[in-house]
Amino acid sequence: MTTVAIEVRNVAKTFKAGKRTVVAVDKVSFSVPIGGVLGIVGESGCGKSTLARLILGLLKPDSGDIAVEGQRIVEMDRKARARLIQPVFQDPFASLNPLARIRDIVAMPLVAQGAFARSEIDRRVDEMLTRVGLTAEMGRRLPAQLSGGQRQRVAIARALVLRPRIVVCDEPTSALDVSVQAQILNLLSELRRDLNLTYLFISHNLAVVEHVASEVAVMYLGRLVEREPTETLFAQPEHPYTKALLASVLTPEPGLGVPDVGLGDVLPDPANIPPGCRFHPRCPIAEPRCAIETPPLKPRPAGGVECLLA
Amino acid sequence: MSALLDVDRLEVTFGRTSAVRGASFTVERGETHCLVGESGCGKSVTALAIMNLLARGGMRRAERLAFEGKDLRTLDDAGMSRLRGNAMAMIFQEPMTSLNPAYTIGSQMTEVLRRHKGANQRAATDRAADLLARVGITAPGLRLGQFPHQLSGGLRQRVMIAMALMCDPQLLIADEPTTALDVTVQAQILRLLATLQRDLGLGLLLITHDLGIVARVATRVSVMYAGEVVESAPTAELFANPRHPYTQGLLRCVPVPGKIRHDEPLGSIPGTVPRVGPGFEGCAFRDRCTFADETCSHTIPRHHAAPTHDFLCRLPA
Repeated sequence: MTTVAIEVRNVAKTFKAGKRTVVAVDKVSFSVPIGGVLGIVGESGCGKSTLARLILGLLKPDSGDIAVEGQRIVEMDRKARARLIQPVFQDPFASLNPLARIRDIVAMPLVAQGAFARSEIDRRVDEMLTRVGLTAEMGRRLPAQLSGGQRQRVAIARALVLRPRIVVCDEPTSALDVSVQAQILNLLSELRRDLNLTYLFISHNLAVVEHVASEVAVMYLGRLVEREPTETLFAQPEHPYTKALLASVLTPEPGLGVPDVGLGDVLPDPANIPPGCRFHPRCPIAEPRCAIETPPLKPRPAGGVECLLA
Repeated sequence: MSALLDVDRLEVTFGRTSAVRGASFTVERGETHCLVGESGCGKSVTALAIMNLLARGGMRRAERLAFEGKDLRTLDDAGMSRLRGNAMAMIFQEPMTSLNPAYTIGSQMTEVLRRHKGANQRAATDRAADLLARVGITAPGLRLGQFPHQLSGGLRQRVMIAMALMCDPQLLIADEPTTALDVTVQAQILRLLATLQRDLGLGLLLITHDLGIVARVATRVSVMYAGEVVESAPTAELFANPRHPYTQGLLRCVPVPGKIRHDEPLGSIPGTVPRVGPGFEGCAFRDRCTFADETCSHTIPRHHAAPTHDFLCRLPA
């Protein structure tokens, strides 16, 4: 029996937009153990959502391999994939059909399998609605009649109704209020423990990632530039980009002011990846060789970092 | 000297819904006053009411609504237009929807100065280029000729800030100015706003749901709930000594790196902000409050925890 939930090896994906070639994911490798939570952080445009869609099988990689619980994702049909891995997306306003009743939205994955009797579907939907903290009465409503937090609960119920093994959460709380965010994070943690789920948890909010993830990978312009167990990464970040991300977190501590993260105004462009270390134009400690040499992966006890100076 | 902006018992209704219910606060020159709360608690409507930009059907009433001592309630549309974008300017959350996609950055920026100050195109362009450089945009000349879609989100938000500063405003109202941005860019934009505010002596009314931002930039905080200011205090005092159960609840919801143990549940506030109508009595938070009892459905007194710290709760100070 395998103990690895997600295995990503040398995966690359580029998009063509007119004359521009956008390198979204650039030869990325990592694995997530069963029951683990890998947090992926990085700025918009770093390729984290593309990575999520590759793992979900919604996009095909240009090269490399993705296996989920030992099975290659590209070889699986849609139904088998849906039983194994499910998404929860950022915007519960856009990801739910506005014309469908909540019950039918949650039932959809079961119906799509074509293998469940109506009574079984009803039973599982009821069970799932209760499990995520919604009432049967809410099941009869439309998405517009629910709050943002309730809608995200619906998205979670839909993701879990087939009892998948892995859930890919792409910014699951970014559109929510802080009071609601806490409820959804608590619910996700509780469900993971009870159902022994594995999460890929994508977020730009480092405080949230620290709270839910067992390991964190930092993504910059298509590469994982640093990966560590959560505690190590937050206590001893090695990569200057990780340090800048951590410095940008505005903790609720009055009197500290807004930090200078030292990244300058050059913005990363995935269609124009710098030579050498791709972070060097923004790096506060870059040396001349950083513009020439590509940093190799330096392994660390439980992770690794791609920086010439680390 | 009177406050730069003085809002006293502001009420806004949309038909049978009260969006703002007796909110009072002031913004002084050189001060950052933060309005904080969940979505639907009336923060943005308050800002729009001050600017007289309420959507159709919105009714505004106040005991006092004054900018630099001038009564905004009695100002006609033309008078308000002369102030808006001029002495009082506003920055919105989504720069893509508040910039006109069909005009260049330059023509949108210079329009305000030409309209309000009668500046000629050349002087206005110079000022626009100056301000773009001031907000940290490199090659401002190039940017002036570009269209909004050619800029990144962070750059667009900087353009919005520069545009708001074109006419040397006294008061800047910023409604979630960094919510759509990356954390790195957010830190840069907030740092910029803090610097500009200090250098230019602006009064800044900053609306946010992010208590991290509040802690780092606010001079004073007003916590809004269901259209009311339920607690107001200087920033350090509010974080050290929150008195209203809603403020306490909000603070417990925020994950703080290194402070909360991994996988331990975060504090949360069950339920949602209720929609209340005119004539609602008592505390609007009572259905979500763990301390609530039957007295909470009666009129709630405003207590003072300190001379500059007040809160709206039946629980004694």
